[in-house]
Amino acid sequence: MKRIYAKGKSILDEGVNCGKTSGLPKIISIKGLRKSFDGNEVLKGIDLEIDEGEVVSVIGPSGSGKSTLARCMCRLEKIDGGTVTLSGVEITSGVHDNGDIARLVGMIFQQFNLYPHLTVLRNITLSPVHVLGIPPGEAREQARELLAQVGLEDKADARPGQLSGGQQQRVAIARALAMKPRIMLFDEPTSALDPELVGEVLEVMARLARSGMTMMVITHEMGFAREVSDRVVFMDDGNIVESSAPAELLANPSQARTRQFLQRLLAGPGKAGSGVSAYGF
Amino acid sequence: MGFDFSLVIPRMGMFIAGAMVTIEASMLSIFFGAVLGIIVGILRVAPLKPVKMAAACYIYVIRGTPALIQLFFIYFGLPALGINLSAMASGVIGLSLNSAGYVGEIVRGGIEAVSRGQWEAGKVLGMSYLKSMRFVILPQALRNMLPAFGNEFVTLVKESSLLSTLAITELTQVGQQVRSVTYASFETFIIVGAMYLVMTTIATMGLRYVEKKWSVA
Repeated sequence: MKRIYAKGKSILDEGVNCGKTSGLPKIISIKGLRKSFDGNEVLKGIDLEIDEGEVVSVIGPSGSGKSTLARCMCRLEKIDGGTVTLSGVEITSGVHDNGDIARLVGMIFQQFNLYPHLTVLRNITLSPVHVLGIPPGEAREQARELLAQVGLEDKADARPGQLSGGQQQRVAIARALAMKPRIMLFDEPTSALDPELVGEVLEVMARLARSGMTMMVITHEMGFAREVSDRVVFMDDGNIVESSAPAELLANPSQARTRQFLQRLLAGPGKAGSGVSAYGF
Repeated sequence: MGFDFSLVIPRMGMFIAGAMVTIEASMLSIFFGAVLGIIVGILRVAPLKPVKMAAACYIYVIRGTPALIQLFFIYFGLPALGINLSAMASGVIGLSLNSAGYVGEIVRGGIEAVSRGQWEAGKVLGMSYLKSMRFVILPQALRNMLPAFGNEFVTLVKESSLLSTLAITELTQVGQQVRSVTYASFETFIIVGAMYLVMTTIATMGLRYVEKKWSVA
């Protein structure tokens, strides 16, 4: 445990140094990222830079590569080309273990992926204790604080199966934050939720954004994209088509494909409508 | 045609002693078979090809040969290599190795039934393959596997009757002895069969109980 902990510290130092030397600290820097599945190219050379504390929403049709991009950024997918550098650490270099990566970046899944056999509290403390080497008592205390932050302090001893989808996703956010990552990725965090549960999750995310966390959120919730994010990225067919401030991109997209996507989204009956209204800003 | 239990009943002590040997051999074999089987099952899904192949070969051989031949090989065959084991040791080792093959396959199925999202959650939360396996995957897999485990345990209790061929005085062997003295074959094997039924019933009920207790998740 000690060894891993020391390694983690050195990574953070590395990150700070990198920021200083470049003068422009980009906490996320992706260059020429390529990824194929069975010869089918899903990411066709993605370049993306995100500032510390910036909140970026990624929108685009299904199959555009949004999820794959997020999954490559936390090493759930092996990449075929390019680099992903988080906080100065090239995570794709192959020299870092899973613990190193988890200190840099947290990931929230569409399906929550809580551990069903463990209580909420144990879900949150498992990695801090067994990966970071934090004493169990301290980890539990921290977990309770995090649960309070997501409004679930009374659910510490419940099993995930006893919670609603919205509650499960909030626990998942608390669990990810327990690793003290510098970046949080959200892969369609509200897509599996009943419409009336979407708001509570987005609210927690908005609070997290205000606290200064660097976030990349893949979403169909245009309300969230518009109100909470600093920038919206539109992806289509494995490329980033357009990237700009939400008001600009959503109201006045410069690319025809973006316009098309947004028009279809607004015209469609389901997702767009519920997305805007559920958030209720 | 009348049946006469009067010759058999006085030998009840022998039957019970035999049943105790059956229980002892079964429990030991279940324990070692489960431990070894879990290891085989984990190796069977390991992300290393040679390891995976070795475990697959083991399962292939065990499941493809009769348990009786495996026992004979250990008890009668190994002495040719200078390995001399007592009948009981041979029996327990043989049944354990045999059970491990079946348990290994059950464990593999149980592990593969845990959703990929659980592996992914463990990974992005910093856990290595082995830590994910230990804290996240295996506990869920074992729960999934419990019914199949139960079947395997019951099978093993019944298969322990093969130990009679190694001249171990377990329940079946006692039956043979009583029969050869009393010639009351029908009565003897009615009693032997009933005693196996009692043992397998208790084992099944015990496992049901554990299953219920664990399934809260």
